[in-house]
Amino acid sequence: MAETINAFKFSDKGLAEIQRYISHYPEGRQKSALLPALHVAQAENNGWVSPEAMDAIAEILNIQPIEVYEVATFYTMFNLKPVGKHVLEVCRTGPCCLRGADQMIETLKQKLNIEEGETTADGMFTLKPVECLASCGTGPMLQVRETYYENIDSEEAVDQFLEMMRNKEVETPEWKK
Amino acid sequence: MGIKILTEHINVPGIETLEVYRKHGGYRSVEKALKTMTPDEVVEEVKTSGLRGRGGAGFPAGMKWSFLAKPEGIPRYLVCNADESEPGTFKDRVFMEKNPHALIEGMITSSYALGANTSYIYIRGELLFILRILEKAIAEAYAAGLLGKNILGSGYDLDLHVAPGGGAYICGEETALLESLEGKRGNPRNKPPFPAVKGLFQSPTVVNNVETIASVPWIVNNTGAEYAKIGVGRSTGTKLISASGNINRPGVYEIELGVPVEEFIYSDEYCGGIWKGKQLKAVVPGGSSVPILPADLIMKTAAGEQRLMTYESLSDGGFVSGSMLGSGAFIVFDEDQCIVRNTWNYARFYHHESCGQCSPCREGTGWMERVLHRIEHGHGHQQDIDLLVSVAKQIEGNTICPLGDAAAWPVASAIRHFREEFEWHIKHPQEAIAPGAVYRGQLAAATV
Repeated sequence: MAETINAFKFSDKGLAEIQRYISHYPEGRQKSALLPALHVAQAENNGWVSPEAMDAIAEILNIQPIEVYEVATFYTMFNLKPVGKHVLEVCRTGPCCLRGADQMIETLKQKLNIEEGETTADGMFTLKPVECLASCGTGPMLQVRETYYENIDSEEAVDQFLEMMRNKEVETPEWKK
Repeated sequence: MGIKILTEHINVPGIETLEVYRKHGGYRSVEKALKTMTPDEVVEEVKTSGLRGRGGAGFPAGMKWSFLAKPEGIPRYLVCNADESEPGTFKDRVFMEKNPHALIEGMITSSYALGANTSYIYIRGELLFILRILEKAIAEAYAAGLLGKNILGSGYDLDLHVAPGGGAYICGEETALLESLEGKRGNPRNKPPFPAVKGLFQSPTVVNNVETIASVPWIVNNTGAEYAKIGVGRSTGTKLISASGNINRPGVYEIELGVPVEEFIYSDEYCGGIWKGKQLKAVVPGGSSVPILPADLIMKTAAGEQRLMTYESLSDGGFVSGSMLGSGAFIVFDEDQCIVRNTWNYARFYHHESCGQCSPCREGTGWMERVLHRIEHGHGHQQDIDLLVSVAKQIEGNTICPLGDAAAWPVASAIRHFREEFEWHIKHPQEAIAPGAVYRGQLAAATV
């Protein structure tokens, strides 16, 4: 990369987690650890995967950078641009809509004063619509990092959720503890 | 109350720990299989059981196992498909979250039957919190000598790992899953070769759903013949049903295959009836990709027979008047739900999730989404309905993997059974776009 505006370096724990995944695959098949490595990178880079992080992964896995880019752009969980502190991944798929997902998303947009895909001016929240999260019995629902928040089925529930998130620190993944 | 094969102990406090799981009979099938049975004998029991793949296709699991190629000197793999992404389906998620050892036990016994010494559980990336639960349980199993070298002194070795996806419905298709597990984009592979011959890392591979694998320990413990006694006809055993939508008691229910649909919807043991005292309008009985049925056709077949929760009964009438059991995702619609809006929502889902490899799916799903969007938002034309039918037909059967079919069926079936509602949207756009507006004419006719 020509510029290093988003300089990135894995922590020792992040590197160890990637090495752990590499050890799960046969010799020469270290590329299999690519998706886990992208998850680690995202957790270590404020919730998004920068080109610099992708290049670092390519180096660790001994593959071409393009092999990382083509995968990172295929899977929807990887954010390729900076995001807010908390990314609200709201389920917008049919079964959740039967239980009021459209209203939950509308209420979140109004309260946060942003549209889908946008980040609040204070950098606190990004609203990201996603498809079915396998939580259809407890919808409407959303995900933030590794936690599901379910049955958000009224304005009060949205208020309570946002209030709680405003005071919440970003989760530390298991491997970083 | 029917027999509970998968969920008997699911709510026991501490069942996620090895100690409590073993106290309730856990890992008995590993001891029995590894110490007293040959791998082929385990395969035979699964064949006898009639167990069918629980991911959606319903293909007999024992037969799938028997297709596995066994060339000398080449490793074989068992891969568990925990990429549960079909809208409406959440049974595997709940099962793994609460009872991780039950899946691990199934993986060990099944891997032994297939002669696999390394196995993987591929779990959708959104469920990283369940990956942690599984990894914790796997570590316990290694420490107890249930995984690793020379399991329980039997001479059999097995390593088991969990791998996360990255958010892609298509990776539930088994060859896309294998691509993803190899660190690539989830583009389905052309078949043949089938995974049973060239699967993960070009080696013979079996891919099975979580629930399929978790059913194996009971079959080993109690015999395939006993399992085959449960259920109706070729729908043997029990099935986890994910019940969602406008019902009083959404959740995961283990049923003996053969429960009447009406009982499943209205009994307090299951869905507990339609919420808020509303009327039933429609059901999608097997996940978003299977045909939607109006209230009368979900209760009874076109021939007037009571509809049962089995593979055969739900598909009775083919696509003219039937649907499919699929993955057992039972999505219930009350009278206030708009079929056009829901069909547009599903079409958007499939467009979003198409991998883009095959033109009919990549382009066709986009067409369907756009046409449905304009009908739903009051800009539809009369010819749009036939256009949708035509696009759906041209996708169906013309793609490498079944995502194309999965996108076409909900649209085709919604028009087949709710055509009046689509026409109403087109003829009365102003009424149709009013907040909360729903066409009720057909409902009155259907529920006399």
